Amino acid sequence: MTRDGRSLIAALAGIVGARHVRTALPERITYARDGLPTHRRVPGVVVLPGSRDEVIAIVRLLAALGVPFVPRGAGTGLSGGALADADAVLVVLTRLNRILRIDPRNHLAVVEPGVVNVRLSAAAAPDGLLYSPDPSSQTACTIGGNVAENAGGPHCLKYGVTATHVLALEVVLADGQVVELGSLSGEPWGPDLVGLFVGSEGNFGIATRITVRLLPIPRAVRTLLADFAALRTAGEAVSAVIASGIVPAALEMMDQSCIRAVEDSVYAAGYPRDAAAVLLLELDGAQEGAVAADAETIASILHAHGARSVTVAADAKQRERLWQGRKKAFGAMGRLSRDLVVQDAVVPRSALPDVLETIARIAGAYGLTVSNVFHAGDGNLHPNISFDGRVPGLKARVDKASGEIMAACIAAGGTITGEHGVGLDKLRYMPLLFDGDALAAMRAVRLVFDPEERVNPGKVVPVHACREWVGSVKAERGTRNARADVRSDFRVPTSALET
Amino acid sequence: MSLVDRVRALLGDDAVDVAATHDGVPRVAPASPDAVALLLGTAREEGWHVRIEGAGSWLPTDAPVDLALTTRRLDHVPAIEPQDLAATVEAGIGCDLLRQQLADRGTWLALDPPGLAGRSLGSVVATATAGPLRQGFGSVRDHLLGVTFVTGDGRLVQSGGRVMKNVAGYDLTKLAAGGFGAFGVIVLVHLRLRALPRADQTLVLEGSREELAQVSEDIAAAAVQPAAHELMSPALARRERWLLAVRFAGSAALVSAEETALRAATGGGGRFTQLRADEAHALWMRAAESFATRPVTFRIGGLPDSSDELLDLLQHQVGDEWISASPGVGAIRWGGETTVDRLRRLRRSLAGLEVPLTLERASWPVRAAVGHFGAYREGVGPLVAGLRRTFDPAEAFVVAVEGAE
Repeated sequence: MTRDGRSLIAALAGIVGARHVRTALPERITYARDGLPTHRRVPGVVVLPGSRDEVIAIVRLLAALGVPFVPRGAGTGLSGGALADADAVLVVLTRLNRILRIDPRNHLAVVEPGVVNVRLSAAAAPDGLLYSPDPSSQTACTIGGNVAENAGGPHCLKYGVTATHVLALEVVLADGQVVELGSLSGEPWGPDLVGLFVGSEGNFGIATRITVRLLPIPRAVRTLLADFAALRTAGEAVSAVIASGIVPAALEMMDQSCIRAVEDSVYAAGYPRDAAAVLLLELDGAQEGAVAADAETIASILHAHGARSVTVAADAKQRERLWQGRKKAFGAMGRLSRDLVVQDAVVPRSALPDVLETIARIAGAYGLTVSNVFHAGDGNLHPNISFDGRVPGLKARVDKASGEIMAACIAAGGTITGEHGVGLDKLRYMPLLFDGDALAAMRAVRLVFDPEERVNPGKVVPVHACREWVGSVKAERGTRNARADVRSDFRVPTSALET
Repeated sequence: MSLVDRVRALLGDDAVDVAATHDGVPRVAPASPDAVALLLGTAREEGWHVRIEGAGSWLPTDAPVDLALTTRRLDHVPAIEPQDLAATVEAGIGCDLLRQQLADRGTWLALDPPGLAGRSLGSVVATATAGPLRQGFGSVRDHLLGVTFVTGDGRLVQSGGRVMKNVAGYDLTKLAAGGFGAFGVIVLVHLRLRALPRADQTLVLEGSREELAQVSEDIAAAAVQPAAHELMSPALARRERWLLAVRFAGSAALVSAEETALRAATGGGGRFTQLRADEAHALWMRAAESFATRPVTFRIGGLPDSSDELLDLLQHQVGDEWISASPGVGAIRWGGETTVDRLRRLRRSLAGLEVPLTLERASWPVRAAVGHFGAYREGVGPLVAGLRRTFDPAEAFVVAVEGAE
């Protein structure tokens, strides 16, 4: 066994060079978590390929040996989705960070998966273009990770989540085969396998080249901050804005707990500390007059629905400050306590006022602090529970409260995740949302791409909850309802741990 | 027991219409998603081959099968939620009826697919046929929050939901949309709506194709953002020359500003003619319906900077009588008469340019020969085959996905 482990490490080093294979425990521990601190898995080996060819060679090697692996970008995910167990290899893609092409005429770009989100927009800016999906972690997260999670962000309200912007993919499947999905125009060559791949959380393979759509940088922007004396009133104002027919580029909400955390931090944005909630809205477009007129209409709607004040950012600097407070809110909440559970439910927008009150009731019943900072325009809630995991019994209370919050969101017609993904964190909620047939269908689809279930094993679909799927087949072999044996006894040699 | 008797025993006498189809195939109209599941579960057991029909006005209802499953009775609208801008709709409802019901609630589905007004929503989703509004509002999949479909062995599978964002599990909705029914019968659709536009304005300009192509480039360069921006062939537009139709939809302020920007970008005030509301409605409706009258319709996905080259190629290989092109996004729809050989040759030419051709409608012999998609790229075929076996293990659905080439 140890010999197997050593020979695997040697083979990986032969592909990427020894310095890009991490075997020492302290090194591997740095990859034991993602952005969600509540899950921890130490990978068996970490390998950092530097090119697509190296990715292909690694995947083929692991396929030949039957070793599970987990693709990972910058590790900013919030679902425990990019964690690998000791019997798996973590394939970190951050060295594949080249922007291969920007095509200003056709508004598209081709990138490697390790390109950091915000870098693409910066590179496209001289051509008057941007990459629209803007997760809060966009200064660190990678496009490949965004594709795996179908990441969102504040401006997805108007422009759509990652799936809307991905046109084509080059994918390395679990067996090392390379396939090209989609086309530069977005019209698929067959069924929409790009759409299926985006958001598959790494279960279908590794995207090594990603073609995305770029949008023109809006020529006109208005950023508005509205503050409210009650959370419910703010929630009702969201529905009124949406029903107006004007689609803001972004419509975000923060509650008092979040506002105070931000204002107490280095990210202080000038939010009114006494407000029960603030809404941060942005309107944009190509025509200055239209955006100005729409901003006036929205301001009137906000006033009519209980806003105490509506402030329009006077200049780019103030706009940036308002947004920094929102985007760094998760970081600011780190001040509240040692640990933080980040939820990601979505509800129908009209249900926001009731659901927010329910969340407050649940928090009160369990004696917990919940801060809400979320994409209100999409109904995408992020109730964040701050706690100290060292306090005996507190984590169990947090888990129970989280479960009740999820159940309340599902009861309101919602879902358990809008942009963070299922990963490990929300596996237990999947059977609340999907019946055995739907879960079995998902697993059967996964088996088409990865018959041995070696890519990011144990994520997304709770296998125990799947009904038997008689038609389940493997893509090429046509074997029904059979799983190849997956080697799960691989272990990194002890000597590696002591390096 | 005969097939008809078996189905009648399963679903009741009124679910089966023996005389209605031109080819003598019994047509079965289940009244609920569960009934669809029951029927297809039985089809799996009996080895029946099934074709899926909606209103029967888009894809010819001529695939050789044992029974035709129509979604016509699945025409309920369980929910329209104006505050959430979402709706839950059974797939068999006609687009015209749905549009009216949505408008009554102040909402709008920003899709204008080709075909007759009564074309079923399920057909639009299954074939992913977007129209000119794709320029401003995206393709069919961008309007879907979720779908429920019934697999070839009679399982009801729900995907997505009725909320605006959802990444819980794999996105099987994307597989159902544009799958041409190869993976299941779509029975329920959750839609993303928009508020009914306060203003909706269409402007047109006639000219040679070359002149209008230049105007299109000017529009793109000026960052004018129309809802639709369509170049129509003379036959399609029923004009002497090619027609460029530009549509703006949204708030009054937006439409007014965009129109001003359009005129400024294209050489001053007088070039474009503003259509009255009834004229605009007639133009867009005619263009959409015309494609349902042509024997063959296909779409190709090019890039904005290749539109001209692709139009030349179409003219050369299959003629350019019935064309609707979106120069801003590079998509082109073609309708007309052509042969299997010409379609194959054109698809090969386009493949060399990395441009996919999707056959949208044609008679069964043409579909069977050419396929909706044709040959796949290397490595993709086994994936599609695996997915088809997953969702239709007994090959109950008769769909010409790849064709015979």
